[in-house]
This record gives sequence, C-alpha cells and structure tokens, in this order.
Amino acid sequence: MAAPPAPLSLSASALSARVRLAAPASRAAAARRRGPMVVRAKIREIFMPALSSTMTEGKIVSWTAAEGDRVSKGDAVVVVESDKADMDVETFYDGIVAVVLVPAGESAPVGAPIALLAESDEDVALALAQAQTLSSGQPSSPPSDAAAPPAPPPPAEAPVAAPAPVGAGTKGIATPQAKKLAKQHRVDLAKVTGTGQFGRITPADVEAAAGIQPKTKVACTPAAAAPVAAPSAKAVPQAAVLPPVPGATVVPFTAMQAAVSKNMVESLSVPTFRVGYPILTDKLDALYEKVKPKGVTMTVLLAKAAAMALAQYPVVYASCRDGSSFTYNSSINIAVAVAIDGGLITPVLEQADKLDIYLLSQKWKELVKKARAKQLQPNEYNSGTFTLSNLGMFGVDRFDAILPPGQGAIMAVGASKPTVVADKDGFFSVKNKMLVNVTADHRIVYGADLAAFLQTFAKIIEDPESLTL
Amino acid sequence: MFSTAMSLSTAAVVAGGAVRPDAIRPADLRFCGLRREALGIRLLSASPQAAAAAKRKVLAAAATGNGAAGSGGFDYDLVIIGAGVGGHGAALHAVEKGLKTAIIEGDVVGGTCVNRGCVPSKALLAVSGRMRELQDEHHMKSLGLQVSSSGYDRQSVADHANNLASKIRSNLTNSMKSLGVDILTGFGTVVGKQKVRYGKVGFPDNEITARNIIIATGSVPFVPKGIEIDGKTVFTSDHALKLESVPDWIAIVGSGYIGLEFSDVYTALGSEVTFVEALDQLMPGFDPEIAKLAQRILINPRKIDYHTGVFASKITPAKNGKPVLIELIDAKTKEHKETLEVDAALIATGRAPFTKGLGLENMNVVTQRGFIPVDERMQVMDADGNAVPNLYCIGDANGKLMLAHAASAQGISVVEQISGKDNILNHLSIPAACFTHPEISMVGLTEPQAREQADQEGFEISVVKTSFKANTKALAENEGDGIAKMIYRPDTGEILGVHILGLHAADLIHEASNAIALGTRVQDIKLVVHAHPTLSEVLDELFKAAKVTGIPQAVSEPVAA
Repeated sequence: MAAPPAPLSLSASALSARVRLAAPASRAAAARRRGPMVVRAKIREIFMPALSSTMTEGKIVSWTAAEGDRVSKGDAVVVVESDKADMDVETFYDGIVAVVLVPAGESAPVGAPIALLAESDEDVALALAQAQTLSSGQPSSPPSDAAAPPAPPPPAEAPVAAPAPVGAGTKGIATPQAKKLAKQHRVDLAKVTGTGQFGRITPADVEAAAGIQPKTKVACTPAAAAPVAAPSAKAVPQAAVLPPVPGATVVPFTAMQAAVSKNMVESLSVPTFRVGYPILTDKLDALYEKVKPKGVTMTVLLAKAAAMALAQYPVVYASCRDGSSFTYNSSINIAVAVAIDGGLITPVLEQADKLDIYLLSQKWKELVKKARAKQLQPNEYNSGTFTLSNLGMFGVDRFDAILPPGQGAIMAVGASKPTVVADKDGFFSVKNKMLVNVTADHRIVYGADLAAFLQTFAKIIEDPESLTL
Repeated sequence: MFSTAMSLSTAAVVAGGAVRPDAIRPADLRFCGLRREALGIRLLSASPQAAAAAKRKVLAAAATGNGAAGSGGFDYDLVIIGAGVGGHGAALHAVEKGLKTAIIEGDVVGGTCVNRGCVPSKALLAVSGRMRELQDEHHMKSLGLQVSSSGYDRQSVADHANNLASKIRSNLTNSMKSLGVDILTGFGTVVGKQKVRYGKVGFPDNEITARNIIIATGSVPFVPKGIEIDGKTVFTSDHALKLESVPDWIAIVGSGYIGLEFSDVYTALGSEVTFVEALDQLMPGFDPEIAKLAQRILINPRKIDYHTGVFASKITPAKNGKPVLIELIDAKTKEHKETLEVDAALIATGRAPFTKGLGLENMNVVTQRGFIPVDERMQVMDADGNAVPNLYCIGDANGKLMLAHAASAQGISVVEQISGKDNILNHLSIPAACFTHPEISMVGLTEPQAREQADQEGFEISVVKTSFKANTKALAENEGDGIAKMIYRPDTGEILGVHILGLHAADLIHEASNAIALGTRVQDIKLVVHAHPTLSEVLDELFKAAKVTGIPQAVSEPVAA
C-alpha cells in the first residue's frame, strides 16, 4: 500500500429520476413546499464506493452513522473493508441517514446503494418508502438481500416487556450499553421502564423491550458458580446434522425464520404441560354474526374473552424469567400468531382486557396490515404476555402450541364444529363445540390454575354478552 | 502533550518481560527502565557542546571504586531522593560508573510505577485481555474453540495485581542492596549546596553530604477541584488498582492512557463505562488517525459512551442511598450541561508532581505548577534561570515526559554526565505505550506535530501506513485490527514518528524507537530482515513502503552515523 488511504469521499448522487418514478409522493411533497417549478431530490443514495481499481464488491465493516443520525458533509458515515484496510467513507452531503440498506457485516457490489440520505426529517418517511421500492423493484439486488428491511430482524415470538418490580424509574437514566442497544434496536428509551439500580434503564431492559434474550452478564463470582449446562447444549444439535439428500436445495433461514427457530429451540428448556377444554360456541357464533358487520373478527372476540378471563388469573400471564421467581406482568397483552409470507409473527393487542371489542378490532386491522408490510415496531410484536393461536379456520379441531420464551401460557384454538352433546339431564343435542388447548410453563402455572382459568374462559364464551360491554 | 499522560501505563514493556525469577542475577535487573545500551548513545545534536561539557565535567568525574567512600570529603558521590523507577535506574547506573550512591525513600521502593502504576495495572490488563478473548464467542468460534462459560473472582484478580507489585518491589530492593546502594528511609530535603537531610516528615534528623544530588520524587494523581475523593466510589488510579470493587457503571474522567487502560479493564470485567473528556476529542494525546481508529476498536463496540468538551465541575461520592453525582459543565462556556448518575467515578485527569518539602527554597528554586524546572541535561534551574550546580531532577517531578522509562533514561543520562561524559537525552526517541487490547504505541512526533515542524523548517514529510489485516501472524491469531503508521522525511529518510495500534503494538515499537535513537534512516532499515511470519513484519512492510526520493548529497555536511 504505497499511497496512504486518505478518507475517501463518497459518491452520494442525487437520484432524482428514480425518486420521481418510484416515489411520486416525493415530487408532490417537494412541489408543495417549494413551488411547482423546483423539483429537487430530497433523498440521496449512498453508494458502495470503489476503493481500488480491482474492487468489485465491498464489505461494510461498520456504520459510523446510525439510522436517524444527522450527518454533515465530510463526516465519515461508513467503514468499508478493502483487501488491505478498512477505510472511512465520507458523505458529500448534509442530511439524515434515513435507511441503512446494507447492514454491517454484509457486502454489496460497487455502485450499489448501501444507504439512503434524507435531506430533512420529513423526507425520512419518503426514504423509508423508497427503501421498500428498492427492495422489491431491484431483482438484481446485491447478494444476501442487501435491501434489508429497515427494521431489525423481528423475533417472531418474544419475551415480554420488562415489568417494573422496582420503584418506578422516573428519571429515565440509561447506561451506556442500554443507549447503544436502544439505538441499534430502535427502542424508544422513554417507553422503557428501568429495573436497574436507582431505576436506571439497563441493557437487559432494552433487550427485553426489543425482544432479545438477554445475554448472561459476566459473572463476578467464583467461576465455579457460573452455569454450565445451557451453553454446552449448543454443540449437540450441530453434531447431529446429517448431510442433505443429493439434489436437495438448501435455503437459509430469513432473519424472521431464524428468530422463530431460535425461540422454538429455547422453548425446550421450559417444562410445559397442556390442558384441553371443550367449549360450546353457539352463543358466541350468534354474537359474531351480530358484530361482524361492525368489523369485529373472531380473533378479536377470542382475544377479548381470553383477556377477561386472564384478568382473574394473573399467574397465567405471568412469566418465569430466571427459574426462581414469578414475574407478574402489569398488563394483559394478547399476542396473536399470524402467518405471513415466509414466516410467522405475533402482533400484540395491548391491554386487551381494558379496550372494548370495537377498538380492539380497529387496532387489530392496523396491526395485521403492518405485519404483512413487515412494518411492525418491536413493541408491537414483542410485548405480549399471553399468546393466542387459532387454526380453526383451516378446520383443525385441536392442536398443541409451543410456549414462546418469556411467556407463561399459550392458547391453541381449534375449529368449532357441530357435535352431539349430552347435557346434564342426559338429553342429546347438536351444539357447536370447539376444543381449546393451553400450553403453560409448569414452573409457575400449575394444573389447577390452568383448569380454573379455562373454566372461566369457557363461561365467558358460553355466555358472551359480557364481551360486548 | 504528555503532561496529561503519566507513568502508569508505560514501562512494563520491560517489567513484564524481563523478570524471570529463576534466572535473576541482581546486576542484570532493569525494571521499567531502558537498557543501558540504548542510552549510551551520544546524540548528534549534542556533539558541538560535547567537548566543552566533557571538560567542564572532568573535575566531577568520580574515580572511586564501586561503593568506596565518597571522594573529596563527601559522604556520597550521588544521593538520589526517591526510589521509584527513575531513582532506581540512576542508582544502578551510578554503581556501574563507580559512584558511591545512596537512595532516600520515604514510602515504598518502586514508586508509582511498581506500586500504583504500570506494574499492577499490567496484571489487571492481563486478566482483562483473557476475559475479553474468552467472552468473544465469535472470535473463539472462528478459531474452532468452544468455551462454555467464563467468570472471574474479583479478589483473586486483585491479589494477582498486588502480588506482582510486591514481587517487583522486592526484586528492585534486592537489586540495589546487592550492588551496595545505601537505601536510607525517610523524606529527603535539600538543605544547602550538596547537603541533604532525611528522616520522618518534620524530623529530618540525619544530614549527609553528596557531590551530586538527583531529585526523583515523582508524582501523585491529580484531582481537579470540586471533586471529592472517598476512595470507594470516587477514586483515583491509586485505589482503582486495588480493584476493591467492580462497579456496574463507572465514569472515567479523562481519556488519556490511564483512563483508556482502565476502560479496558472495567469493560472486560463487566462494567459499563462513561468517559468524561474536557477536550473535543477522545484520546487527545494520540495521533489523530490512531485515536480515530482506536475509538472504532476500543470504544464504539464496547459498553462505553462518552461526553467530550465537558469538565466534571463537581463530583459527589455515593452516599445516603444516592449514586455518584457528576456535574458536567461545558468546557468553553462553563454552562451546566448535564448531571450524570453513576456507581463510581475514576479520576484519571493526569498526575501532579510531588515536590513539596524538598527544601527547594534553600536553593532559590521556584517550581512551576509544582514541576521543578530543568535544562536539557536535567540540571535544576533556579529562579534566575541559572543552572544550580550539582542538583538534578528527573522523572515526573520535572514534567518533561511523564513516563517511568523516561525517568530512568533521564537518570542514566545524568549519571553519564556527572561521570564526565556529556549526554543529552533525545526525548523524541522515547517510546510510549498504552496497554489496551489491542495495544497502542508511539514514538516521536504525531502527524500534526510533524507537519507543523515541516512547515516551520521548510521540509516535506511523507506518511506510510500498513495494516495488521495484511499480516499473516495477526490473521493467524484472528487479530487483524490495527495499523502502523510512519511519518518520515522523503528527502533524507529520517524517521520522525511511528504509531502503532494493533496486537502487541507495545512490543513492536522498539524497532522504530531504536531507529530514531540511533539515527537509522528508512533506506537503511528497510533492508534488514524480519522473521516470517511475525508481527514485526508489520513494521518491515512499513519501512519497505516508504519512498525516499532524494538521498542528500553529503558534500559539506557530515552524514549521520
């Protein structure tokens, strides 16, 4: 390396043509503000620079500017690895880093957009929209899905937001690592309750809010006391992997699928048990017919019923975080499993016991829309304290659900089917019956708890008038 | 720039490596000091005066035998006040030169470096380096290693540091004793020309005479006003090295060597760290490019955040169930900016000379901000700017370059002079190191300093860089982070400065510092051979990458040896 690698300047070029084509809203917005004659690109692409004549693609070592950061001309925004050294790459323009298209650790071909720079706060939304367009409209996008979704990989089912066992942390002081994590996972610190000393927000609080399993902290105790069992388990499944059958195609997990896989494997460490319950739904079905025109779905009715029953059994929506205590959650947040293209996500109906079914329905509609567009914010999919999974619409009559880490119980609902039932006097009749099956963490929820909860739930379903109150 | 840096971190290059208890011969001991060979060099710039000075010193040259009675009616040929690394280095060299030597120590032999600085901190950093490695799952995995869990016992770590300090301390003491250096206990005071009294503070009962006196009293941590030290939650490096606790969240005031090393220790042991730096940039003493990369490697990925351009105007220790409160004010406007609430605060804002009670007023010497003024031969200057005969000051007390091995080098330089051989130490050839993971080391000028000098003196400079990423050994270790950088004159090939950030940087710098000390030019050093594959090839490549355009026509000027 004869020439010193002076910080390179980055070619962030105005992408006016594409902006206009891809995002007409941009033009409209510009027109509104600047008059019809002036159409200026508000969003600029930051390209993978060519750091040498032979370079064809570059790897992002790290982003020195994060999404949402305001940068000015000449600031280093990204570190790109070349064959010999990491080089700082500077921006030519002032603006806000709206979207990072190629996260750190991934590569992009020279000239490919790696981030979008918005001129002002208002343009950030446009940039987000453009990022979507870029990701869908560029079939020849760089390897490993360079047009990554703006949000961090959403863990499909995630532990609950941290409760506040300590005195409310009013000051909102966050530790250095907590701040870093919050930025990384886009967690709004103002909404995180600190559980650390003096009510400060700890990294664990942020991770909980972002739905990440907290890593074990450095054990400041004699080494012998450190837990050994859990991590050593990792090696085992790897060894057992068989080579694929010839001709098979290997498709790596997407981030979401990886999160699902991780959560499912983690669930193996929780001792669960299941309790089933038959429930007659004639009255519920009748109610459903009545409220359906008002936009209420069966999912919402079931969630509401579950929430009302849960209100009487706090232990069922508690969680066991450390194997030695109950963590009672402050609100009943019903996570509902939704299958989306290539994955599974659990939008959360927060405080389902407190809102009426119409409000809940409205909320649910928004959540589903966002989920399909992959735009859910972390707190919208990881704050659940109880999960509902319904496969009834497929005709499934009963199934088992796997308990998501961090929750106390999950309810699996089958289809309601006409069934011959005998009443207590021995008279036969045909009623609509559905089977629900609840999986729970037996460290905190015992059989009797679950049975009592199910009994209450069944009562609400079988006499559903209270749902409309 | 080094006035805010201190001796804490630097000299253990030798301390760590040289001590092999099974093979110790007292005469070979050199702790935290430069090797004598490296210092025998008479610098080119000194030569014009050398002859005259040598004449001047002829009378002073002691010809007495090793440890024999002082000549000319003096009790000693040399009395050194302060048995730190500087005093120790001077004493050993004095014995070698046949001077009857005494050393006065009021505290413990070894001074800051051995007891409260470089030595114990290296023990903590050895632990932090291993912890860091064990915790880095990705790193371990890429090497194919599986580590189930890592943990540490705080007390054992603290004991390791303490044991190391006492071992080095006793080695130091023994080395002086076996050579016949008299170790006198008490605080020394210069009471008159060539006269020293020592004893307990306030009771300097014993008076001795010496042909020459070296003051080597060192420094203590500097605590800015407004900061209340309680030794438990608000403390200096003195307390921190005892590792009595590992706080969850510690603020480190000052991001120089000490602060940076402690951030490495604390984050490896699980703490989160907040830096408070008065200047606008972290690590202000370092070459800016190195500081930038260091920030990327040592700060950003770790549990560290920082506030720059602010002073900690008031720090209150934790009490009554409240955390440590740190009030930050803007360094320029002095306006209150923010109050931090943390579990502990380490004050690493530099070191202040320890020069009270030395009786300097008896010699008409006035300290400057506590530092004893000296000339380039370390001879003490009085209030009128004249050199005080037979009185020298070395090390942190003169503030020239607050590093343990610099003190030792200055001491050896003084002994050379008083034995009749003029010697001026080239401070630009003294390396410095910061023992983070990876390490940072440097010698000579930073790039901005070199540019300034080049502008003033009208010459060109060139800069070359090499990366650890291209080094086989570093890649084998999976430690490719880091660069080496050299600033040199393309016309003459003179090396002006070398800066290294990367694996074992502190051990790698000496090839460059020796080249600077010996006046070796780029065009010569680039031809020497380095074993392959070793980290030293990072420097090899650096030298080879440098282009020397015009080798000057040595017509009238003598060419450097």
